[in-house]
Amino acid sequence: MNLLASLRTALRALRKNKLRSLLAMLGIVIAVGAVVATVAIGQGAQAKVAAQMASLGSNLLMIVPGSIAAHGVATGAGATQNLNREDLTAIERELTTSVAAIAPINRTGAQVVYGDQNWFTQVQGTTAAYLQVRGWALAQGEPFGREEDAAAAKVCILGKTVVDKLFPDEEHVLGEQIRVKHVPCKVIGVLAAKGQSSWGQDQDDVILMPWSTVVRRLVGTQSDAVSTMMVSARSPEAVDDAQREITSLLRQRHHLSETAEPDFQIRNLAEMQNAAKENTNTIAILLGSVALISLIVGAIGIANVMLVSVTERTREIGIRMAVGARGRDVLFQFLTEAVVLASVGGVIGLLLGAGISRWMASRFDWPTLLSPPVMAATMLLAGFAGVVAGFYPALRASRLDPIEALRFE
Amino acid sequence: MDPSSNSGAPVVETRDLVKIYRMGDVEVQALGGVSLTIQGGEFAAVMGASGSGKSTFMNLVGCLDKPTRGSYLLNGQDVGGLSRDQLARVRGRQIGFVFQGFNLLPRTNALENVELPMLYQGIAARDRHQRAAEALERVGLGDRLHHTPAQLSGGQQQRVAIARALVNRPTLLLADEPTGNLDSRTSVEVMGIFQELNEQGLTVLLVTHEADIADHAKRIVVFKDGLLLEDRPVTRRRLSREELVEEARA
Ligand SMILES: Nc1ncnc2c1ncn2[C@@H]1O[C@H](COP(=O)(O)OP(=O)(O)O)[C@@H](O)[C@H]1O
Ligand SMILES: [Mg+2]
Repeated sequence: MNLLASLRTALRALRKNKLRSLLAMLGIVIAVGAVVATVAIGQGAQAKVAAQMASLGSNLLMIVPGSIAAHGVATGAGATQNLNREDLTAIERELTTSVAAIAPINRTGAQVVYGDQNWFTQVQGTTAAYLQVRGWALAQGEPFGREEDAAAAKVCILGKTVVDKLFPDEEHVLGEQIRVKHVPCKVIGVLAAKGQSSWGQDQDDVILMPWSTVVRRLVGTQSDAVSTMMVSARSPEAVDDAQREITSLLRQRHHLSETAEPDFQIRNLAEMQNAAKENTNTIAILLGSVALISLIVGAIGIANVMLVSVTERTREIGIRMAVGARGRDVLFQFLTEAVVLASVGGVIGLLLGAGISRWMASRFDWPTLLSPPVMAATMLLAGFAGVVAGFYPALRASRLDPIEALRFE
Repeated sequence: MDPSSNSGAPVVETRDLVKIYRMGDVEVQALGGVSLTIQGGEFAAVMGASGSGKSTFMNLVGCLDKPTRGSYLLNGQDVGGLSRDQLARVRGRQIGFVFQGFNLLPRTNALENVELPMLYQGIAARDRHQRAAEALERVGLGDRLHHTPAQLSGGQQQRVAIARALVNRPTLLLADEPTGNLDSRTSVEVMGIFQELNEQGLTVLLVTHEADIADHAKRIVVFKDGLLLEDRPVTRRRLSREELVEEARA
């Protein structure tokens, strides 16, 4: 029996028992649908992380205090106070060929109040260079300058979310006084809206204030310690130079010997991307194993239905054998039925998965990415599951004795 | 003349055919050594009481089963040493079966039922359709091609089964109690088809326990307890054509 004829025979047999065929393929439908949807969501998130990292600028470097031990564990990062404003000023002044801009960042959470509205948000103490490093723009107003930083001026720039929370009805925000942790501050600018990050984090839920205002007035310390410095190199090619020059300058300033571990870390975009990739890889492996298990469950469903079907159609098998079907013809017929079941289930699952990810994308503004290779691989796997599931029932059918099969009621 | 005819040369030649069924410790000897030769173009009826071994013999002749002992030549070929798959090939090419219970595929139309044997001979779809339609026409069902068994009477179902048995142009037609589920008039009609086919040269071997049905054949062999008891020509042969004319007159 040739392939086309057995395909037609299989389709005919499956059509004769539509409900059972549907139930048989349900497991595969769900398995393939789940794989396609989760992979689409995972890959969409991955793509967005990558895009966001890229939007940070490929020239970005972060300097944080603390040393990296040989195995990559930071010892007391954050607790140490070995990066300060002097270091920042030195880098700014001496490394002008490789470094375009450098901004200090000290963060604190704070309750903000305007009239009878209040909101809890994150306050970033920084300088005007921060906007340049991140490539952020102001929708209204002006950034603060060196004078405001030096004077620990009570001024602030609000993210869009904070504006919405504090000024639900008012259009006019600039010049208003709000209280940040009991410190009255004048609003001098509003950041252009940026929307959610790929982690679902609201990037507009932030307040920028001069670094000294945050450290002296909100945190209330005289320390000069900077918790993070963000650097943008002059160009992507200048990143390595910048990293090397900053390293040697800071080592010299911190009086570190040739062999001593550095008391700071410089992270570049590539490293951050690798970390993100590692996370997404772990998720992919997890999704993959769930997919495999559900495919196995789907295959068991098909095997189960095929076994019942072989028993029920014993007489049909006897008739086919009487008119000349060989064992391998019967084997091939039932195997084809199982593969067709799995493949049709796979196609339905594919459409379902694509539909779900589309719906997720539109309903929750969640990034999804349908990848043809993944869909093809999933389909192949579903077909393979059909072969595995169908083999034993088909083998049983092919080994029936024609006379006994014909006598079967 | 039909290419499937080969009158003169033996189509079936069995020698001391023995079949013993084993069920646990009990042995049932269904055939105790049957030697029978059927020439091409013959029309023989196998008779005998229930349990006398008729069906067992037909299954062996039809290559559905293997004998415990003895030899069987089909068209001169010893089929004793053939494998399961080789026997299936022989069945598909040289033998046509008609059963008491019709054995059509349910929920499958007449055309597709008749196409079934050709499916396993690698015949192209277009030829399958054409030959199946021709075979159905030959048994008078040219206007019922797309009816399923449930939409056909018993006699019509048996005709579909006969068309299916003919479609691969076998040399031997085997029918085990083909009229067992049919009323007497329909039985005569079906016997008429067998007689017509036999006149065209096809060798027919039929099992029945009814004497009037057996009288449509040219030769009667009687089984008793797994042995050949009697082998005689039919002296006053019934011709289906005449019976039907007579009935119409009455
Ligand atoms: N598959 C089988 N297993 C055991 N005994 C069988 C089997 N088939 C037939 N027999 C026995 O063989 C004998 C002949 O049976 P069968 O050829 O069917 O007789 P008939 O067709 O003449 O009525 C009977 O005694 C029957 O019980
Ligand atoms: Mg019988």
